[in-house]
Amino acid sequence: MAHSAFKIAQVSRWPAPLASALVLALTLGPLAALAVVAAGSSAGFSPADWAALRFTLSQALVSAGLSVLLAVPLARALARRAFWGRKALISVLGAPFILPVIVAVFGLLAVFGRAGLLNSGLAYLGLPTVSIYGFHGVVLAHVFFNLPLATRLLLQGWAAIPAERFRLAASLNLPVWRYLEWPMLRNAVPGAALVIFLICLTSFAVALTLGGGPKSTTLELAIYQALRFEFDLGKAALLAGLQFFICAIALFLSRSITLPDALSGGFDRPVQRWDRGLSRWVDAVVITAGALFLIIPLAMVLLRGLPGLAEMPASVWGAALRSVFIALCSAALCLSLALAMSFQRNTLTALSGALPLAASSLVTGTGLFILVFQFISPGAVTLPIVIVVNAVVALPFAHRIIAPAMEQAEIQYGKLASALGLSGWARLRIVLLPRLRGPLGFAAGLVAAMSMGDLGVIALFASENQATLPLLMARLIGAYKMQAAAGVGLVLVVLSFGLFWIFDRGGRSHRVGA
Amino acid sequence: MKNLHLIHVAGLCLAASAASAEVPELVVYTYDSFITEWGPGPAVKAAFEAECGCELTFVGAGDGAALMARIQLEGARSDADIVLGLDTNLTEQARATGLFAAHGMTPELDLPVAWDDAEFLPYDWGFFAFVGNAGTELPHDFASLAASELKIAIQDPRSSTPGLGLLMWVQAAYGDGAADMWEALSDNILTVTPGWSEAYGLFLEGEADLVLSYTTSPAYHILAEEDDSKVAVIFDEGHYMQVEVAGILAASDQPELAAQFMAFMVGPAFQSIIPQTNWMYPAVLPEAGLPDAFANPVAAENALLFAADEAAQMRADVIEAWRTALSK
Repeated sequence: MAHSAFKIAQVSRWPAPLASALVLALTLGPLAALAVVAAGSSAGFSPADWAALRFTLSQALVSAGLSVLLAVPLARALARRAFWGRKALISVLGAPFILPVIVAVFGLLAVFGRAGLLNSGLAYLGLPTVSIYGFHGVVLAHVFFNLPLATRLLLQGWAAIPAERFRLAASLNLPVWRYLEWPMLRNAVPGAALVIFLICLTSFAVALTLGGGPKSTTLELAIYQALRFEFDLGKAALLAGLQFFICAIALFLSRSITLPDALSGGFDRPVQRWDRGLSRWVDAVVITAGALFLIIPLAMVLLRGLPGLAEMPASVWGAALRSVFIALCSAALCLSLALAMSFQRNTLTALSGALPLAASSLVTGTGLFILVFQFISPGAVTLPIVIVVNAVVALPFAHRIIAPAMEQAEIQYGKLASALGLSGWARLRIVLLPRLRGPLGFAAGLVAAMSMGDLGVIALFASENQATLPLLMARLIGAYKMQAAAGVGLVLVVLSFGLFWIFDRGGRSHRVGA
Repeated sequence: MKNLHLIHVAGLCLAASAASAEVPELVVYTYDSFITEWGPGPAVKAAFEAECGCELTFVGAGDGAALMARIQLEGARSDADIVLGLDTNLTEQARATGLFAAHGMTPELDLPVAWDDAEFLPYDWGFFAFVGNAGTELPHDFASLAASELKIAIQDPRSSTPGLGLLMWVQAAYGDGAADMWEALSDNILTVTPGWSEAYGLFLEGEADLVLSYTTSPAYHILAEEDDSKVAVIFDEGHYMQVEVAGILAASDQPELAAQFMAFMVGPAFQSIIPQTNWMYPAVLPEAGLPDAFANPVAAENALLFAADEAAQMRADVIEAWRTALSK
């Protein structure tokens, strides 16, 4: 592997392996529980499963590739241009990623669907209409979800290039792209692509709803079928294991093409750029196009939700409180684990930082149910289980955001800290954490918002009085109350985005750049 | 492992001593939408508790298929006394677990088909149907649907019970010609969604012209929203039925209370709650009849339903034939 291992000097060596082991146990444990209960079943792959595997891999590869490819010019334009509203735009661009799937799908359909804005416009102009349903629709939705994440991950890379470098490059008249940006991207792109590939790997509702038919079947659907209609736990465990296997291969590949990055530090000056001429116009077009693609569907979500606000049941406020509570607890747990894991970089932390992304939520939920049921009625521990599962599911994102920043802070300031005799908690508090403010805020916001919007495992555990906002929404839709559901969706989006914004801006308030 | 058992036994003892001090509790596992504030759950609970001197506890477990998985996961150790919410595509699998006891009842039921099942008793039923907009071009059978330009939203039979119901419908109507019919229908399928909710949402948003739902769906729009623009499309081939049933678990610690609930379930109090909360036909018609919106548009001889064992046998083949026909 191109990556050598890394650890923070003079800090206890136990937190990283302990946190990693805990995450791995929570990720693989439920699968193991399923496999043990199913012992003896002779599950194999059917032709339908192979077709699902092919579709799953191809859509995930194309979605990840396209998301990152489009994120590079967008992140670059945002990194090197200063304009009014830039900070707000960067915040809003985070929104699609944290939307509940069903809300986002209907937002996209309001723009690209058969009765959407685009086709209405085309029909008005007398042009042939286009259909969103099919492979391209699945990819479009995945890019809509993940382009913002890729953009933010790459922006973080740009923000990590010290301002002094740009000054030096400008005074020597060296091309910034070749000497500063390209090496940074070589380091950041494989990781971002890996995360998005893994997100798309377990896509279920998006792929199915926009896929147009059984040609667009993912492995996750095969797991659904095995667990629900056939009650073939062995088959479900086998398929979930296959997803982990793909994840491990993808992780290995991405690590082997990532270049280690060992920049020395700067003085945290605001970055000044000297790129002029035509590129200004190119950047303006890129930013406008990216913003429109991401913001118009969001605006449609808001418009759809407004009339429903009046029809929401009173139970929405209890559900909202429960959701915020879960989100904050999940974020605290997730960030603690991610911080502990980022003290070291080795195969163990890399695996535990990626595998949760490939976990099937139905398998995780069912496995945990089997484990918990041994001891206690699962309904009695709904909230703790949901908090823990949400924290572990979101861990790869927090880890991906925090670990590189931690590593860079240590590389740049670790020698000085060691010379000053700073070790343990003091080293963390005085040297490292202040430099992680931005990444920590971004990660906390992302995890909290994802936890708010995730239906996850709660449907398997919750009793009637324990609904969260996503579950309440699902129940309203199931009772024909689509308007009220859209209203609850709006409350959910506003609260999720509010949490994201508070944490993210809190983290960014002291720093210039992303 | 010994410790685990000890903890478990201790827990059971605690639970048992707590329960004996209070009124007896009947635990009913059901699907999620039954227990919501808009579903039948709250009214059923109030009505039954008024006559049983007990506490009725509903536990929701996702949809019908998730409910089935939950029962199998918990096995004989389940807290449940009754499972309510399986349909005839799932009852054979439920019977095969050996977890269910005979209900021993022979009530008069108002179903278009004869009912004879020792373990499972129906509480409501419906006809699958495509729902469309009044005043638009509507088909009158699968063939005219396939010949039209109409776009339909359907559910995946591998994750959704209505989706599986549609496959059984085409199978019952066309037999060996089912695969050809699916090929003919393939260009009419807008998309296949994971569950009923997404498909119905697509229809209401104007994405799909027709959606697979129930003949009773328009009744919701008429009675709850005063909107008569939605109509169920009646097909000449007949309509496949969904019959929703309940059964008593053999391991129940409240067998008498469970039997009392089953009798209550087909009685007038429970049955009169069903139509406008579950939006299905009640298994026993109330004496006062049903609102006009619930008028049944399908003649009894056009009701299609495979026996539970037949349905279970053909499920895998029917799904594979569907997948193959639509993957071409």
